[in-house]
Amino acid sequence: MEMDLQLAKEEQLTFKQGVRDCIPTLLGYIGIGLAAGVVGNSANLSIMEIGLLSALVYAGASQFIFCAMVAAASPHSAIIATVFIVNLRHFLMSAALSTHFTRYSLLKNIGIGALLTDESFGVASLRTSKGLPLSDRWMNGLNVTAYLTWIASCLLGGYMGSWIGNPEAMGLDFALTAMFIALLVLQLVALPSSKLRHYLVLIAYTSVAVYVFSAFFSIYIAVLLATVLCAAIGAVTEK
Amino acid sequence: MKVDLNVLLIILGCAIVTFIPRILPFVAIRKLKLPASVVKWLAYIPVCLLTALIVQGAIHPIESVPALPVINWVYLIMTIPTLVTALKTRSLLLTVLVGIVTAALVRLLV
Repeated sequence: MEMDLQLAKEEQLTFKQGVRDCIPTLLGYIGIGLAAGVVGNSANLSIMEIGLLSALVYAGASQFIFCAMVAAASPHSAIIATVFIVNLRHFLMSAALSTHFTRYSLLKNIGIGALLTDESFGVASLRTSKGLPLSDRWMNGLNVTAYLTWIASCLLGGYMGSWIGNPEAMGLDFALTAMFIALLVLQLVALPSSKLRHYLVLIAYTSVAVYVFSAFFSIYIAVLLATVLCAAIGAVTEK
Repeated sequence: MKVDLNVLLIILGCAIVTFIPRILPFVAIRKLKLPASVVKWLAYIPVCLLTALIVQGAIHPIESVPALPVINWVYLIMTIPTLVTALKTRSLLLTVLVGIVTAALVRLLV
């Protein structure tokens, strides 16, 4: 009986439902994508290059850094190494999420991992934190919608370029942080009050850890170290 | 519609180093039976990572470490209405909208 219920829940996890669950996050992709396109334009990238960058690298923060470093004529190796470090957090997200997709084929797993973003990870872990199942089709619906929206937004930003002006002045760059805040709050309100305290303490630890680590490492490394450490503290101190 | 060969090579390099960490756990963990302690640790990654990413913006970039990190107060001010909206509405869309408008207003005033 319980098995049937589980299956019934999974049946609703269609591609279409994934697309639907992506919609609330689209404004974030559009805001940051437009900004990334504008920045690409001002770094003298062609529309084609902006399109390739957004389709092949597909990671907001690193695209901004890419543009800044290309504009500054940094060495190739330095740009690639920086992008690697900035995007290394995907490893942690993939590790956390991959445990829910082990029943699917290797190819499906690669497809899901290749299009994983901070936001799609956030939306998916909202489900897992509530004990709800994930499916490959649902995840693909979520990922592909985000992917296409991202590329379109970057291209549009590239086209509009100088017409938009400074994306920071329009607050577009803050869309990503606002999204992270909303995803974090949604995770927390889903928790039973007995666990909430534990998580709030962890959030405090993580904040302090990022600050302290950032004194000694680049901010991107600090984010990774703080996450790895504080997640471990969370697991060890769990009652 | 030009593509500079140099730019293309850098994009491809960046694509590879971004792709590998993204898919590696999906490839590796399929074959592994993870110990319960690791699964427990992984379950804490979302909240810790989201927190760290929010805090990341609150620290001004440092040119050369080690140095005392400087807090970005303007960013912290922007997070307040955003956080309140998230708590009140529990809506991703509204929170992002309020975040963008707040950031634009704050930059207009500061």
